[in-house]
Amino acid sequence: MIAKRIIPCLDVKDGRVVKGINFQGLSDVSSPVELARFYSGCGADELVFYDITASAEERALFTGILRETASAVFIPLTVGGGIRTLEDFDRVLKCGADKVSVNSGALRDPSLIPRAAERYGSQCVVLSVDAKRVNGQFRVLSKGGREDTGLDAISWIKSGVANGAGEIVLNSIDTDGVQGGFDLELLQAVCDTVDVPVIASGGAGCIQDFITLFKALPKVDAGLAASIFHFGQVSIPELKQALAAEGIPTRL
Amino acid sequence: MLAIVDYGVGNLFSLTCSLRAIGAEAVVTGDGAVLARAERVILPGVGAFGDAADALRASGLDRVVLREAEAGKPLLGICLGMQLLFDCSLEYGRHEGLGLIPGSIRPIRPLIPKQLKVPHIGWNALRFPRGRPVSPLFRYIQEGDCVYFVHSFAGADCGEHTIATAEYGAELTAAVARNNIYGVQFHPEKSGPVGLNILKAFCQQ
Repeated sequence: MIAKRIIPCLDVKDGRVVKGINFQGLSDVSSPVELARFYSGCGADELVFYDITASAEERALFTGILRETASAVFIPLTVGGGIRTLEDFDRVLKCGADKVSVNSGALRDPSLIPRAAERYGSQCVVLSVDAKRVNGQFRVLSKGGREDTGLDAISWIKSGVANGAGEIVLNSIDTDGVQGGFDLELLQAVCDTVDVPVIASGGAGCIQDFITLFKALPKVDAGLAASIFHFGQVSIPELKQALAAEGIPTRL
Repeated sequence: MLAIVDYGVGNLFSLTCSLRAIGAEAVVTGDGAVLARAERVILPGVGAFGDAADALRASGLDRVVLREAEAGKPLLGICLGMQLLFDCSLEYGRHEGLGLIPGSIRPIRPLIPKQLKVPHIGWNALRFPRGRPVSPLFRYIQEGDCVYFVHSFAGADCGEHTIATAEYGAELTAAVARNNIYGVQFHPEKSGPVGLNILKAFCQQ
């Protein structure tokens, strides 16, 4: 069986990982290359690089860092942040990314998904969605969760998959940062709707949250988190041992 | 020197980096003379079988690969490159392969239960066939180690040439071998230390 994936997410700005990170044994805690090596070495199944740069100059720096990381780490890499055009896909894929995640770019121009899927294959196109409960409905939020687009999240995801998205990263704004567990209700609704892999994001605070996720929703393929891994609150080797002990398919 | 066949299909960045990481001197080349001089050859590939087979034939490198493989030079096909080694593929019509490994490439969908997703994508464990010695390609890894797959079609009817499978609602062909010719359906260049160890073993063939 396919192993459930554990995915740390690195936010990269000015060629550096942002958010405080505290690891022993790393000479440079904000070097994306060193962190990627660290995570790869402790059993992360995939890495997400999120580009939060603002200028073209910073974007070039990001591309350089991505290339350097892809040269040093031999697990799948997904890149997101600021992907608006096929040229953006091309740029990051040439640097060693395996998958490209679109969010705002697809909201602005939904044709980006089918065009990218046709050129690079669905397996390469990840639709990332920030969702939040508004008036009893799951809505799609834009601008990093600050703005309600008015779109129904389930319909948006369904059409994204019909148009060629090969994977969904589902980030719950309601549970994000709360560390009280993943948003099982939202994830269930999406898993019932699409048959592509779904990556749960937002809300993990401890190892038990991942166990609950995979036990309650066997259709969820992966759990993604950032700060709980970066701050050492959850160690990936311990997490994977705990998943395996619960009978959850895991790559050890 | 190890040569990676460049016939215009796929992104070879990760593969060349992974070979560099294990200390193998690799060149990416579409030059038949360089392939002939190489000690071993890797045939990569992504995308559709028909397009890749056409591109390989149009480049004339199909004949070079066949000649070198038949002369006993170690050859490793990766992903679609492995599929090209087979007799034929039934991906969107029937397409002829190189015929170096007996068998055909068939869709996974009819083989597996409906609730399982296609493509078969992600980390899955390797199983070795019972009653036969483990392939030298796997000398540095163990049965049960996970490797990274992305595919919708798989090798079938390759019998004794199957050297590893992966369980996904059915036993899918994960790797094949015939004498000096090897093929892996998964991506060793994306399979962490296990993948690097498989490449290292190939570089010692």
